[in-house]
Amino acid sequence: MRIGVVTFPGSLDDSSALRAIRLAGGVPVPLFHASDDLKEVEAVVLPGGFSYGDYLRCGAISRFAPIMSSIIIAAEHGFPVLGICNGFQILCESHLLPGALTRNQGLHFVCTDQPLTVENNSTPWTSGYTKGDRLVIPIKNGEGSFQASAETLHELESEGRVVLRYAGTNPNGSKNDIAGITNARGNVVGVMPHPEQAIESLTGPSTDGLTFFTSVLHSLVGR
Amino acid sequence: MATIVVEVMLKPEILDPQGQAVAAALPRLGFTFATSVRQGKRFEIEVAGTPTAEQLAEVEKAAETLLSNPVIETFLVKVEA
Repeated sequence: MRIGVVTFPGSLDDSSALRAIRLAGGVPVPLFHASDDLKEVEAVVLPGGFSYGDYLRCGAISRFAPIMSSIIIAAEHGFPVLGICNGFQILCESHLLPGALTRNQGLHFVCTDQPLTVENNSTPWTSGYTKGDRLVIPIKNGEGSFQASAETLHELESEGRVVLRYAGTNPNGSKNDIAGITNARGNVVGVMPHPEQAIESLTGPSTDGLTFFTSVLHSLVGR
Repeated sequence: MATIVVEVMLKPEILDPQGQAVAAALPRLGFTFATSVRQGKRFEIEVAGTPTAEQLAEVEKAAETLLSNPVIETFLVKVEA
């Protein structure tokens, strides 16, 4: 099962995401921003980092990379896409997900092991969780405050499209404690926490993140 | 040569922690005039000659597509001599 990870100029967590896919039992496939070739992958991860230096706005320039044209078309046809941190920001800038990520309330870069609650386990990336599961996964960002209009928030909440919510203290001022969302179809998921950094007890606070990667492999088999 | 200026501001309903930090710093320096501060971006785009209506329409399009994110920001295009 081939899962792609895109490297943009300034991506940081691409190698961790590739590794997580391998540990979950998939075949990790590196993809490059400057090519529109998806190399026959069956799902794709947009990793964390500071693509194009995050100049202008986070994800604003990456959204126009050649690989994104292919991903946007594929995503509109149900192809599973996971955006992590900077990847989430790119998905919002691409309008594959609603809302936007803005500067953290308090202006601090927040790096911590974050308690989270699973709100939606019907996406290909979260199907291995149970609704209500408590996870601990690292967050590390300066612009992770999820903002959207009141109508968009109502739409997300009423359609059950909030995937992860911050448990305990809201670390960044995100509306409704939102840590991750999905699109109407459920194939595109964006999360601020880094599941690829919580896959082994030696290096992570938990192994709670691995289920993102095993979930998508199971979803692809079952399809 | 003329300069086309694009000003981008966060929408009023979007939290602006940078503006808030500036608003909090002003009184520490004895400046007590501000009831609130919002911080934005300014792009100065040089073009040859007087900008045509067509060029301005192109800049509007660029401002909407790249320079601003209409989900959270508004923009204003103007010409400066």
